[in-house]
Amino acid sequence: MKDQGAPPEASVQVSSKSVEDRRLRLVNRTMQLYRNEAHALIETLHAVQESFGYLEEDVLKYVARTLRVPLSRVYAVATFYHSFSLKPPGEHTCVICMGTACYIGGSGAILDALREGEGIVSGETTSDGKVSLLVARCLGSCGLAPAGVFDGEVTGKLDSEHVLERIGRWRGHEH
Amino acid sequence: MNIEDLHQIARIEKSKQEGFQHQIHVCVAAGCLSCGSGQLKEALEKEIARRGLDTWCRVKGVGCLGLCTAGPLLSLETAGIFYQGVKVSDVSDILEALGGAPVERLICPVNSAFFRRQVRIVLENCGRIDPERIEEYMAESGYGGLALAVSQMSPTEVIEEVSRSGLRGRGGAGFPTGLKWTSVAKASGLTKFVICNADEGDPGAFMDRSVLESDPHRVIEGMAIAGYATGASQGYIYVRAEYPLAVKRVRLALFQAERMGVLGNNIFNTSFSFNIKVRLGAGAFVCGEETALIASIEGRMGRPRPRPPFPAEFGLWEHPTLINNVETFANVPPLIRKGGRWFAGLGTEKSKGTKVFALAGKIMNTGLIEVPMGTSLRDIVFDIGGGIPRGKEFKAVQTGGPSGGCIPGQFLDMPVDYDSLAKVGSIMGSGGMIVMDESSCMVDVARFFMEFCMSESCGKCAPCRVGTRQIYDILCRITGNLSGPDDLAMLEDLCDLMKSTSLCGLGQSAPNPVLTTLRYFRDDYLSHIHDKRCLAGACKAAREVA
Amino acid sequence: MKIHPRKNVRSDLNPSRLLTFRIDERVVSAHEDESILSVARQNGISIPTLCHLDGLSERGACRLCIVEVKGVARLLPSCVTFPRQDMEIITASERVVSYRKKILELLFTERNHVCAVCVSNGHCELQNLAVELGISHVRYPYLYPRLAVDASHSRFSVDHNRCVLCLRCVRVCDEIEGAHTWDIMGRGITSRVITDLNQPWGSSETCTGCGKCVQVCPTGALSEKGKSVAEMIKRRQFLPYLQMMRGRQDESWPK
Repeated sequence: MKDQGAPPEASVQVSSKSVEDRRLRLVNRTMQLYRNEAHALIETLHAVQESFGYLEEDVLKYVARTLRVPLSRVYAVATFYHSFSLKPPGEHTCVICMGTACYIGGSGAILDALREGEGIVSGETTSDGKVSLLVARCLGSCGLAPAGVFDGEVTGKLDSEHVLERIGRWRGHEH
Repeated sequence: MNIEDLHQIARIEKSKQEGFQHQIHVCVAAGCLSCGSGQLKEALEKEIARRGLDTWCRVKGVGCLGLCTAGPLLSLETAGIFYQGVKVSDVSDILEALGGAPVERLICPVNSAFFRRQVRIVLENCGRIDPERIEEYMAESGYGGLALAVSQMSPTEVIEEVSRSGLRGRGGAGFPTGLKWTSVAKASGLTKFVICNADEGDPGAFMDRSVLESDPHRVIEGMAIAGYATGASQGYIYVRAEYPLAVKRVRLALFQAERMGVLGNNIFNTSFSFNIKVRLGAGAFVCGEETALIASIEGRMGRPRPRPPFPAEFGLWEHPTLINNVETFANVPPLIRKGGRWFAGLGTEKSKGTKVFALAGKIMNTGLIEVPMGTSLRDIVFDIGGGIPRGKEFKAVQTGGPSGGCIPGQFLDMPVDYDSLAKVGSIMGSGGMIVMDESSCMVDVARFFMEFCMSESCGKCAPCRVGTRQIYDILCRITGNLSGPDDLAMLEDLCDLMKSTSLCGLGQSAPNPVLTTLRYFRDDYLSHIHDKRCLAGACKAAREVA
Repeated sequence: MKIHPRKNVRSDLNPSRLLTFRIDERVVSAHEDESILSVARQNGISIPTLCHLDGLSERGACRLCIVEVKGVARLLPSCVTFPRQDMEIITASERVVSYRKKILELLFTERNHVCAVCVSNGHCELQNLAVELGISHVRYPYLYPRLAVDASHSRFSVDHNRCVLCLRCVRVCDEIEGAHTWDIMGRGITSRVITDLNQPWGSSETCTGCGKCVQVCPTGALSEKGKSVAEMIKRRQFLPYLQMMRGRQDESWPK
């Protein structure tokens, strides 16, 4: 952290590819909103996650330098919170809720079916890069248990067949 | 804005609403939205415009109507009719029936116990007002409590009123709210903060989300009153990023409140100034703990620190800080408007007011309810909740999430309040209530919660970090029929260790689901251990060990 | 930039106020802002600790220093608990000692602490604690995690199998050295200490190579290269001195 004194503008040259990166706009705007103060770290990581889809290493370095937070602290925060991911997501995202109501309603069986039928386990992306499977702690849609989110769309009262069918469609094959 | 302006806006809004003969309320909270209420609302609006009914009929998106199982829900405000499971294809039938006989096939029985037995304070506006319009909140006496507090009461009088009401924290532990406010008010320092804990992390609880989605101004008003009472001028709402709709509505509400001048400088022409910022949670259950939540707002990992010093003296950025949860703040405006004595008239001796519960699991009427403290579990589960579907037997009800316990049938007639729940080994928690039937294996349920606590443990203190993992392993061995003779004793031993030596509330209460199931459902454990058989037939041995 | 408070500031405690209270039946007196742990040690009463180290901020995390206080149901960590007038403290009741043993056993099960092949054998705080508390066997199953050894640094190496997550390395690097090369990633049972962006220590841009982390590490997790079994003896007497020197407000001494 030798160049702490450098103004944030000067440190955009994290890597040649991110200088012109339009995706950095939201990130920069967030940091500026908080006057580049260290406590904006989590809000900034949300912005990175939103515009990049995951936390890219170069961007983490850039954020660390701009907010003047040690690299190890940025990594610590990024891995402490479940909302952040260090791996690029697949083309589509499927989130299965594992909240109590959903678990009692059978979401564990849906995960089993996905593992057996599609070979995906939670937290992983399929080898064809098409689908990422995530597990949510609780979507707050307990009235619709078991619930899931398919590319941002909350769907309730799921069963294994329905989920397998949607994932199969994404991956371009039928069940 | 002054108080006369507030009344003026309320009057205009009221008369505007009275101009419509029919108001169709469509639930646009997350539950109904996910079964298509957004499209339904659009279709209704289009059809009304096409038929030229828009001068006397109006469609309004409202917050949660409560009965999430029956979504999408809509209500006809003037006629007092509820329609359930409404599809776009039902739109013309609904409009044709306006003013005449209702559409039989869609009717949701409003005089059923689910609606009849509720007493709504926190949810009084839920399903009645448009959460995206501040004027509608004002028309329902909104911001009247804040106006009253800042113009006619001293901060001490506000706190006295809150203390008189007997209101206790709705976030879990049930600490008296008045006492908490007093200690922040008494703490020395010019800078103080008010934080609203909207990091509703209990799996199986969605009360706070519904309140924020349905009536965000109520929480903002409650926070402003708390700011006035404690001497804080800055507030934070720490809300889960997993609730995008709630975040959106809270942000909009804050924008409107600032524009109207009920937040900002010199509120109601007094010297009181108060602002609120939103901070997003990032998926960590432990951030529901006060000191962890503070660390998270400061941009750090949400690891609790030993208390004392308590946040009331040493909180956000080392300043005195008041932290209450969404429902606690939502209780404050009506409490100030109607007085602490009125509030204290509801509920039981030591638990005043009402409580919002999120009913879910194996129950007919899943959804959001608000009942007076002291209502029996039986009334909630069988009367309001409509009992267990498919003729199955009731087995347990789980309250308090991962920090709570599983309550068996023998306690169904127990009144639900803080102390009774604690007596049977559970806690009130934030209000999740998950009903389980005979098909649930209680060892598996305990394992589910321990898995949750293990992956949510922050890892700071050794008993919780390693203890949750060891307990989880034992529960896996038991459900997988691989347990040894000493496992039960070791389980109890580890639970006791965690309870007594963990650093924060998460670790100290994590054994509760195990301890209550061991106490009330020991046969489930013994059958797995001795007969290598799951009594409920729920555990697939092979799956559980994998 | 302030990442976390350097010292646990307790503005509510008055350093000039003198209190009298009891530790293990002995009447002692101390200032209000002295922790029970430090008062006990000053009076020759030993309380086991692991995450505590004189010269670093307190975490209250290992829970080994818990004590009983009469009239208080909960057990309190003595490193972050401060005395009150007439308080009665019991440092080694049967209950407390049994919990300490169990916590220590849990720590042994968490990673792979094989003393016989460890550079710190014979000079290890974890090992000493086990001897002190009379632990002869561990009642809980070992978790046997598979963890890496990072020997990429030219002079030091880190063996995660021996780490007890006391975070002394993180604190000394931040509070004394001022580099904040170390931190902790993940959470719960999967937590692990890291350097920079979880990269090999040798490639760290921020590490000054001062070696303080190695000296404060209680076990063989951090060690100097070239040390064989039982050869890694650590020295950390410099810490309170450095803390005083770096925290001092007046710069009046001649340069």
